Amino acid sequence: MAVRVQHEDFDVGAEMARLTAGRTDIGAVVTFTGRVRGEAKGQPIASMMLEHYPGMTEQELARVEAEAWKRWRLQASLIIHRIGELKPGDNIVLVITASAHRQAAFEAAEFLMDYLKTRAPFWKKETAPDGTGHWVDARESDEAAAKRWEVA
Amino acid sequence: MTGSNGTTVKLLYFAWVREKVGRAEEVVELPNHLETVADVISWVKSRGPEYASAFERSEVIRAAIDQRHVQPSASIRGAREIAFFPPVTGG
Repeated sequence: MAVRVQHEDFDVGAEMARLTAGRTDIGAVVTFTGRVRGEAKGQPIASMMLEHYPGMTEQELARVEAEAWKRWRLQASLIIHRIGELKPGDNIVLVITASAHRQAAFEAAEFLMDYLKTRAPFWKKETAPDGTGHWVDARESDEAAAKRWEVA
Repeated sequence: MTGSNGTTVKLLYFAWVREKVGRAEEVVELPNHLETVADVISWVKSRGPEYASAFERSEVIRAAIDQRHVQPSASIRGAREIAFFPPVTGG
């Protein structure tokens, strides 16, 4: 279990190799990478600034990760989220889940993304090519995606 | 720290709330009669036009006490740090 919040890019292959090195109990690894799109609502964007709440961000990511470990039988997991100024095509977020069999890894990866999107204190501001900035609105579909994991 | 003059807490603002308020954080003395997060929002709104503008649509603003998400009805008793921000948009 690990979470990292960083300016630097990440290397998916290197992170996966490090997470699984020497582990013969891991039969399935799922990786999810979120990237910056070049347009938003049909308009091109030049860059995206990711702001966060230092301290709470790490705690919230760790809480989300701990929740996944309670629900699924995981062997390893990693969450990396970038902050600062990013360009279209840049990586934003990496989630890796590893388990003995695929179902736990698939489901836990999806759960981690859905939960972190509605809980982790990050905010995106997009800048258009003409320099105007625009805070990204939260999507109701993200809220709905997180809700479906709620335990009745 | 609760005294006769009120409670000293750090307020933090993020994203467009921060931009509208014009600062990222400040230490304030909250009046003793404030009990909930919603009370703090009402009080903050009265501090000046920039606060009134930032908290105009207070129903969309989220809050955290000591780095944990809370509802508007949450008690601020014992709080050291109260943060206000728009719905999060990471991932």
